[in-house]
Amino acid sequence: MTEIALTLTDAHASTARRARRQRLQDAAFRNATLAFALLVLLILGGVTVSLIDGALPALRTFGFGFVATEVWNPVSEQFGALAPIYGTLVTSLIAMAVGIPVSFGIALFITEMCPAWLKRPLGVAIELLAGIPSIIYGIWGLFVFAPFMQSTIQPFLINTLGQIPGIGNLFMGPPYGIGILTAGLILGIMVLPFITSITRDVFETVPPMVRESAYGLGATTWEVVWNVVLPYTRTGVVGGVMLGLGRALGETMAVTFVIGNAHRISSSIMAPGTTISASIANEFTEAVGDVYTASLVALGLILFLITFTVLSIAKLMLLRLQRKAGV
Amino acid sequence: MTMSNSATLATPIGGLYHRRRIANKVALTLALGAAGFGLFWLVAILWTLLYNGLSAINLSLFTENTPPPGGEGGLLNAIFGSVIMTTVATLVGTPVGVMAGTYLAEFGRNTKLAEVVRFINDVLLSAPSIMVGLFVYEVLVIRMGHFSAWAGAMALAVLVIPVVVRTTEDMLKLVPNSLREAAAALGAPQWKVITMVAYRAARNGMITGVLLAVARISGETAPLLFTALNNQFWSADMNAPMANLPVVIFQYAMSPYEDWRQLAWGGALLITVAILLLNIGARLLAGLGTTRK
Repeated sequence: MTEIALTLTDAHASTARRARRQRLQDAAFRNATLAFALLVLLILGGVTVSLIDGALPALRTFGFGFVATEVWNPVSEQFGALAPIYGTLVTSLIAMAVGIPVSFGIALFITEMCPAWLKRPLGVAIELLAGIPSIIYGIWGLFVFAPFMQSTIQPFLINTLGQIPGIGNLFMGPPYGIGILTAGLILGIMVLPFITSITRDVFETVPPMVRESAYGLGATTWEVVWNVVLPYTRTGVVGGVMLGLGRALGETMAVTFVIGNAHRISSSIMAPGTTISASIANEFTEAVGDVYTASLVALGLILFLITFTVLSIAKLMLLRLQRKAGV
Repeated sequence: MTMSNSATLATPIGGLYHRRRIANKVALTLALGAAGFGLFWLVAILWTLLYNGLSAINLSLFTENTPPPGGEGGLLNAIFGSVIMTTVATLVGTPVGVMAGTYLAEFGRNTKLAEVVRFINDVLLSAPSIMVGLFVYEVLVIRMGHFSAWAGAMALAVLVIPVVVRTTEDMLKLVPNSLREAAAALGAPQWKVITMVAYRAARNGMITGVLLAVARISGETAPLLFTALNNQFWSADMNAPMANLPVVIFQYAMSPYEDWRQLAWGGALLITVAILLLNIGARLLAGLGTTRK
């Protein structure tokens, strides 16, 4: 009798031990995953801190004037970020001017017009194109697109738009082939797959009922897209565009090949210029002296602030659409 | 009477109908044109790549090291370096990403912390890769005092993490809760439920995420420019600068030497084909997962 009771308490004790061990293992596993999740935050924190730390010598030397001066002279160690900031914004602007309408057109074509059998292959093709590394766009831009710009597009622009007083200033000067306009156009082609795939995805979140009732009232395809689909998905489309903008602002290799790396602001968009990322890529390993290196890191910090803002807005927009779709 | 009525009605309605149809035609033609325009450039890029790359591909591309200007050679050391650094980066980044993704999907589903991590992760996912290069330069290269393959691999690992976090979380969320409950009802502790049931159910999707991450980093140039740098000679030393395809392509394409440019095209074609294959493989694997369920 006592023996049985003893084995029973033994069994109870071993079950309790095992339960305790499992609770400990569970806690260990849970905390390990939590630690790695925190590591993601730590990476962003590390990027921020290391960029600020590396940029300090330049910011201390030049102060706020760093973002407002155009001079970039490694010999006299005078550096200002205005030209790269200008180049980054203008190339991205050109990219968006090309990328937004074209990717909107492609998304409209895929969701509303194309025959069902073509839908999937086209969608997959667009997503595969988004995977092509930017260096491929760069090498193509340097050897194929820039010569084409120089021989055909730029002379044409100079002879037509360049003759108009006012905006003509934008299209003046010799056709170099490389420059702000070429870089912007290549960026525009590059962001196409990104914006298109998001636009297409958010277009497909429109409930078929909403779309079909508009068709049922006799609306044409265009009216359905413009008056029903687009208002319904507005925040998502803006989010997709901002995501593309984030890519364009930070893109390095596709731009570095064709921008010309000239630290000056020209009135003409056909002149060579530079962007933040292209300056860093071109000069970082060759930079001698603390101030030079720190100035390049400070450029990186500015890029970080710009892209972080843009990407955050993009993400918030897309989240809002997700919540709406979830309801 | 009825006839004249319908006639007076028909004119304005007909006009409006006509206008709407024309607006529709114009808009759809423009959309078609835009689609054609966009696809034309993308196809043109691939065609140029194929045209120039194929003529540069031969046996010596895979058997000889990168040549000095004007010399004959191949890309062996660069291919080797890219494969090594990509492998190390994947081995480092994948466990981190899987664990963090597990936290988001299994433990922290509705917590504030998970929401913040998810948001930051998505920002990191599209952050400019050159900033990651600067970060690793500040943290590793300056401390070590020299460029190294380790630094390059770490920069790439930082890029792997967000991709894997995202796919792991998405795939774990697709695993039905009844599976987890069944395992828990059998007395399995939570870590066993996750590692032996949830991971297994989400395996294909998680591997897809890793493949996509590998595809992403194998073409990255900017983070390697000032971490792994480049090396003209064969080197398997992780503590020294190491040759890698993207940086070699960059350097050779910008050079004035015809031989170097040829090699750059060959390398560009190699990278693109590898990335397309990885992407297609990932897609096929993801497709397998969904049809079996």
